[in-house]
Amino acid sequence: MSRIGVFVCHCGENIGRTVDAAEVARASGNLPGVAHATDYKYMCSDPGQALIKQAVAEKKLDGVVVAACSPHMHEKTFRRATAGAGVNPFLCEMANIREHCSWIHENRPAATAKAIDITRSIVEKLKRNAPLEPIRIPVERRALVIGGGIAGIQAALDIADGGREVVLVEKGPSIGGHMSQLSETFPTLDCSQCILTPRMVEVYQHPRIKLLAYSEVEAVEGYIGNFNVTIRRKARGLDETKCNGCGQCQASCPQKKIPSEFDAGLGKRTAIYVPFPQAVPNIPVIDSGHCARWKGIVKGLKKFACGKCIEACGRGAITFDLEDKIVTEKVGAVVVATGFQLYEIGRDHEADGLKGYGEYGYGRIPDVIDGLQFERLASASGPTAGKLQRPSDGKEPRTIVFLQCVGSRDPAKGIEYCSKICCMYVAKHTMLYRHKVHDGRAVVFYMDIRAGGKGYEEFVRRAIEEDGAEYVRGRVSRLERDGDVVRVQGFDTLSGEPVTIDADLVVLATAMRSQPGIEALAQKLSVSYDRHGFINEAHPKLRPVETNTAGIYVAGACQAPRDIPDSVAMASAAASKVLGLFSNAELEREPNVARVDEATCAGCFHCRRVCAYGAVERKEIRDKKGNLVKVVASVNRGVCQGCGTCQATCPGKSVELEGFTDPQIYAAINAFQG
Amino acid sequence: MRLGYFPGCSLHATARECEESLRAIAAPLGVELVELDDWACCGATSAHATNHLLSVALPARTLALAEQQGFDTVLAPCAACYARLASARHELARDRSALERVAAILERPFTNAVKVVSIAELLRDLTPRIREQARRPLGGARVAAYYGCLLVRPTEVSGFDDAEQPSSMETVITAAGGTPVEWRRKVDCCGAGFSLSRTGSVIRLGRAILEDAKKAGAEAIAVGCPMCHSNLDLRQKAMSRTMPEPLGLPILYLSQVVGLGLGLEPSSLGLGRHFVGTGRFVEKATAPPAPAAKSDEPRKEVA
Repeated sequence: MSRIGVFVCHCGENIGRTVDAAEVARASGNLPGVAHATDYKYMCSDPGQALIKQAVAEKKLDGVVVAACSPHMHEKTFRRATAGAGVNPFLCEMANIREHCSWIHENRPAATAKAIDITRSIVEKLKRNAPLEPIRIPVERRALVIGGGIAGIQAALDIADGGREVVLVEKGPSIGGHMSQLSETFPTLDCSQCILTPRMVEVYQHPRIKLLAYSEVEAVEGYIGNFNVTIRRKARGLDETKCNGCGQCQASCPQKKIPSEFDAGLGKRTAIYVPFPQAVPNIPVIDSGHCARWKGIVKGLKKFACGKCIEACGRGAITFDLEDKIVTEKVGAVVVATGFQLYEIGRDHEADGLKGYGEYGYGRIPDVIDGLQFERLASASGPTAGKLQRPSDGKEPRTIVFLQCVGSRDPAKGIEYCSKICCMYVAKHTMLYRHKVHDGRAVVFYMDIRAGGKGYEEFVRRAIEEDGAEYVRGRVSRLERDGDVVRVQGFDTLSGEPVTIDADLVVLATAMRSQPGIEALAQKLSVSYDRHGFINEAHPKLRPVETNTAGIYVAGACQAPRDIPDSVAMASAAASKVLGLFSNAELEREPNVARVDEATCAGCFHCRRVCAYGAVERKEIRDKKGNLVKVVASVNRGVCQGCGTCQATCPGKSVELEGFTDPQIYAAINAFQG
Repeated sequence: MRLGYFPGCSLHATARECEESLRAIAAPLGVELVELDDWACCGATSAHATNHLLSVALPARTLALAEQQGFDTVLAPCAACYARLASARHELARDRSALERVAAILERPFTNAVKVVSIAELLRDLTPRIREQARRPLGGARVAAYYGCLLVRPTEVSGFDDAEQPSSMETVITAAGGTPVEWRRKVDCCGAGFSLSRTGSVIRLGRAILEDAKKAGAEAIAVGCPMCHSNLDLRQKAMSRTMPEPLGLPILYLSQVVGLGLGLEPSSLGLGRHFVGTGRFVEKATAPPAPAAKSDEPRKEVA
């Protein structure tokens, strides 16, 4: 390359004040290989770009250096201008004389000399640039949504309504997630199931949504636009196509004392069961841990203890087929929406180093329950049909004490983050209670009330001022059973007095945690997660629903504690990102990716170990007869993000990053010595 | 098992019965207790109320002695001694520069390699052996395990049991043939050193503890701390003064309960040294079991 043009920008006063742009242009004009050099007030403006195009045409330039701002700012602008003039855009480079020079210096002659050095360095780099072509990747325009809670449902519906096919995978027997367990929702007190179930049915009936309930993602391979997903369809023990959801099998099952997961352990279910009447799909599943026949089959017994459900089924749907099925799906994008679990206090948390709250007696005192259990007690579809009855003796509680921040905001025993939803749902619980038991006492122990959100603060004030909830600022040190009451010993930090309340029921607002097993799923997807197991977004402000792996998006409470409005907003945002990706049949990407020199690669695969994106693959080199010569590293250009870690790691210097090759970088560095 | 034994100020004095019972049960449990040579005060409350470095250096001296004398574990039967030794060990394990500073003060080699155990932890770890050696079912005696404040707290320092719902002493009582009771005051404060300066508070706190144990059906309380022992035993008469009838709850060291279970002679366990008579309890615990009086109570196991 011998005919390079150098264009020096004043950026108004931004560069011009401390750097003599005309002098930079003059000095650059004398460099070997530079055929043209000039300066201009605003190079990024239309006349500035015209100047470049004109010079390329008139002086037959074959490379362009723009000495101006950071490439983050205007590299695209100038490369487009260069391409417009008929030169490969990757033969345009920027010398950053603003952020790296004029903005950080005061001495004009010294800054000008430095700007000349920077420009010379980039000219030398450009001499070794090669023309590059953008990478084009075909896009499979179908999406996978993992998780059938409200976030997954919303994302699936939005993508499907946008005209693309969706595969929705839910690990439980029904979609609906935690939202289906809630009684009413804040801040409007509308019935959770009433607003959710129509959406669930919509998912089931949507022609472009393929619902795979009772299934789990086993493996994910590939890259943006081209993922191959292996899904395990867990055995329900019956033929889904024959079942019409009549419920006769459930009614006939003799095992009726199994704690119901849907009712948070407060209700009972059978061994063959549909988790709740509005379940989607309305197909039962046989619980292998409790069904006598299933256990018998696994043990290899010849004679079976029970076959009541088989007899009861009028359609012969119950087959006791115990084999899981493995299916594969090809998709172009993935939305992770796996939701949350509650911090199970008082249980064994040794595995994750949490100590629990033995002083609250959860699990030992029957009338100490968590927030989700209260939802079930208050819900019309719950085990008490919405009648508030405490678990121990079924009495209507006259005094309920609510404890906020159990496990949240407690680095000593729990988790340091705020779970975000508890202030609101506790206020809701006090209202629900007072609406059902008008003369009952609802006392809340809180640390702060965090009610940021539309109508949220007003909602909490309503609980206090109109519905008479008593709020006590302070913590509770101990809950203990005394006769048929739960004695609450706390401290009111506003009055500075200890408080003792005899409660009939205590509700713990326990922390929101990530789902168990999320780490394994994140590793399958090559997305990062924080130390609490929440999926990391690509940028906390500007890319909230993307992950650091292209083509994989995140929505809802698997990213951080989220309430329903937030989860839905994230899901719609993720869906719009997916639809944006699917708007073209091909994906165009910058060609600044790694390339392996197969001739010199020794196959040590250091690069493979350090690659954060799983872009390095093993490639076998064979001779003409098909004998294996050696195994080398090979970079998948669709997955590579161009970070350069492999290039820096390679002991044999066999990896180069296109656009940032070693010769280019060394030339740029050596130019500073001249 | 050879253990360095750190008696502190109480085990040769007010808590002699604790030492006697520990020495008595040591042999059947296969433990050799060797009193540390040249041990000094753990610093107790006074040191850490006045000078932090002193409060670490004093127990560190004891740990250094144990190291020099070839022990890998030190038993501190007093909960306050245990807390001071274990806290110093914990702090020096996490702070290298403090370890160097303290080693310089001690003027002897010190690598902070010795483990510190309390009575509760030691006996919890010896439960298989206790179960094997137990000779008496203790007549089904119902015992309330009382931990007080320092045996299981703070969690970072102690850590062998849950701070709010501990169970190690119950495991030991069960292994020795007793029946632990479920009660609510097992980690409450006994008033500790306020016994002399604010006796009224100690009496109020102690009464609440004893009343609850009694309500839960306990016939005795097992403790692992001479301070708790002295407050609950010595002050029990004063606690009973405002009550219709005396509380009459004997306060035993955990080692005494184990000693009874092992079939040892009550007099060898120092059971005659208490303010609240242990006679009735000992009588019940040592009575030959009636043929049909086999306990159906499920044994509590701790993983």
